[in-house]
Amino acid sequence: MTVWDDVVGQEQAVATLRAAVENPSAMTHAWLVTGPPGSGRSVAARAFAAALQCLEGGCGRCHACTTTLGGTHPDVTLVATEKVIITVKEVRDLIGTAVRTPSQGRWRVIVVEDADRMAEQTTNVLLKSIEEPPPQTVWVLCAPSVQDVLPTIRSRCRGVVLRVPPAEAVAELLVRRDGADPAVALSAARAAQSHVGLARRLARDAGARERRTAVLGLARRIRGVGDAVLAADELVNLAKEEARTATEERDAVERAELMRSLGVGEGETLPPKLRSQLRGLEEDQKRRATRHQRDVLDRAMVDLLSLYRDVLVVQLGAEVELVNEELAQTVRSLAADSTPEQTVRRMDAIAVARRRLEGNVAPLLALEAMAIALRPQG
Amino acid sequence: MGGTWQALLVPPATRARRSSAPARSWDEPTLAPVVLVRGAEPLLTERAVDGVVRLARERDPELEKVELEGATYGAGQLTVAASPSLFGEAKVVVILGADAGTEDLMADTIAYVARPDPETTVIVVHGGGQRGKKMLDTVTASGAPVMTCDPIAKDAEKAQFVANEFRAAGRRADASAVRALVEALGSDLRELSAACSQLVADTTGTINEGVVDRYYGGRVEATGFKVADAAVDGDTGRAVALLRHALDTGVDPVPMVAALAIRLRVLAKVAAMRGGGITARELGIAPWQVDRAQKDLRRWTPEGLAAAISAVAQADAEVKGEGRDPVFAVERAVMAIAQARRG
Repeated sequence: MTVWDDVVGQEQAVATLRAAVENPSAMTHAWLVTGPPGSGRSVAARAFAAALQCLEGGCGRCHACTTTLGGTHPDVTLVATEKVIITVKEVRDLIGTAVRTPSQGRWRVIVVEDADRMAEQTTNVLLKSIEEPPPQTVWVLCAPSVQDVLPTIRSRCRGVVLRVPPAEAVAELLVRRDGADPAVALSAARAAQSHVGLARRLARDAGARERRTAVLGLARRIRGVGDAVLAADELVNLAKEEARTATEERDAVERAELMRSLGVGEGETLPPKLRSQLRGLEEDQKRRATRHQRDVLDRAMVDLLSLYRDVLVVQLGAEVELVNEELAQTVRSLAADSTPEQTVRRMDAIAVARRRLEGNVAPLLALEAMAIALRPQG
Repeated sequence: MGGTWQALLVPPATRARRSSAPARSWDEPTLAPVVLVRGAEPLLTERAVDGVVRLARERDPELEKVELEGATYGAGQLTVAASPSLFGEAKVVVILGADAGTEDLMADTIAYVARPDPETTVIVVHGGGQRGKKMLDTVTASGAPVMTCDPIAKDAEKAQFVANEFRAAGRRADASAVRALVEALGSDLRELSAACSQLVADTTGTINEGVVDRYYGGRVEATGFKVADAAVDGDTGRAVALLRHALDTGVDPVPMVAALAIRLRVLAKVAAMRGGGITARELGIAPWQVDRAQKDLRRWTPEGLAAAISAVAQADAEVKGEGRDPVFAVERAVMAIAQARRG
């Protein structure tokens, strides 16, 4: 067992990082880990930090390894944000941390998990520190692609590129780490198109799998305009329901927390002067629910897109693996019923619906137009 | 007065049983030390207040009328206004906008209701809402008459209102004239009543549709739904005219597109229903909508419906920032719908 176990399907990147840990001449003070969403950027960065702290180069068992992976090692700072951006103030604090000598005597590692969430002037604050940190400080920045950070940052870092991991590798990780059933894990990994986080959700949550299958089933069930409108209705209700269950509990907790901080006891009515506070919270929660609903719909559309991608693959006779292997039957019958041109038009319609949803078009209407485009046409 | 005091001391359940006069309509004024006028239709509340004041004036022509504004009320104003004047004439105190009243107003009114001055009439006007609920409860519980002035929503009720207006003025009006008037001016009750009095003043004889048309012809209350109806009927000219009318009288393009979408959605759902297996109840469509949609569907092909819904979705995107001119986007969608209908 090593710290690298969870970095799946990235043999080349892992080899580079391991070499840096083992051989001082291959080490650099600033790294930029890039890769598509779900490829395990932050996992790789953490593993690298752990390997640097570990006396055996990443055994995965010692105190240094476990604390680093758990995010509690005193010399490893992990920066991630749930907000839209990382602020200048947070970054200035980091620079202060960077000049300190490591307390355990090995490395001081600073991992910025969303380097793409720093504004231009925020990254400028970092330039000096990244260029010439103290001898024992290592910066590890993560971003979806090299283009997401400024050229001035890029040129100061050594790049490590992660690829989309093979579905088998992701499935193997799900089996090993989460104890998923091998067959389920493989289909989940394929369905999520190797996005580790999504695959994990699909493998662990039977409800999520069912919802996905239900969404894809719609493609076959739409026989006419009426069906299309009903299917859109169903999809929107599904999304609403999912958003509600996902946010309901959190909403109640936040509300109770606010009431407590306002000094209003259980069962007491809120004084009129404080009502605006509660209203503000409720509005935020409503916005969050809307956002969540939209995300759910967007995911459903991406799933549909993957289905039609498969249809196109079959129609063109390409020798590529299907994303939705378990729906091969549906894919084949859809492929037989239509021409590649129609499939491309349908994929376009899905893309248009996604764009419209982003542009705040009424979700039901956008989906209706999409579903209508999916119906069999002569 | 002592009796009322005791009434306040008994538990609420007993008190409620003993009092609270039945609610009466806005056109049945009555005299009492305290009268509550409740409801969100300003024209009717005004008439209710006028009715009570008229009754009071019949009793005492020397009447003095004082108006207090709820939102700017200061402590003690009610007592000052309601106390007997130097020359002993009767008083009517009208408290306007009690729904936006200050805390002082609530407290003073509650105190006054407990021992009202029998010579004075206090009219509390409350426009609805939850504010001042305790005051309202106390006033109703004291047995004060309550006049309700709820907004008139249904067309049939509006027609009834118009007919009553003409009858009160001693004039006869055709049913068709009443309907035409409601169709032209139905959205604002005040405007409707003003139109009635204008017709009464300017014309003689029976008021018929021709008279209404002469005065109010060309005025159409265009809503998104009417535009949608015209478009679904395939009447391009009328649909576009109504659309322009609606946009010019302040309907926003966004709800307009939503109305088009709703209308087409019902058509599509009813079309799906024909295949069997689903009932209107499951789809949440009212029976009259189903009837109408089935009638409309005779002139619609699935392809036409598909084109129409796609056009509306495109218009929604354009109205919300994808296009430059929202009005043009809606107009194009309306024309696309009308043309998508089979010949």
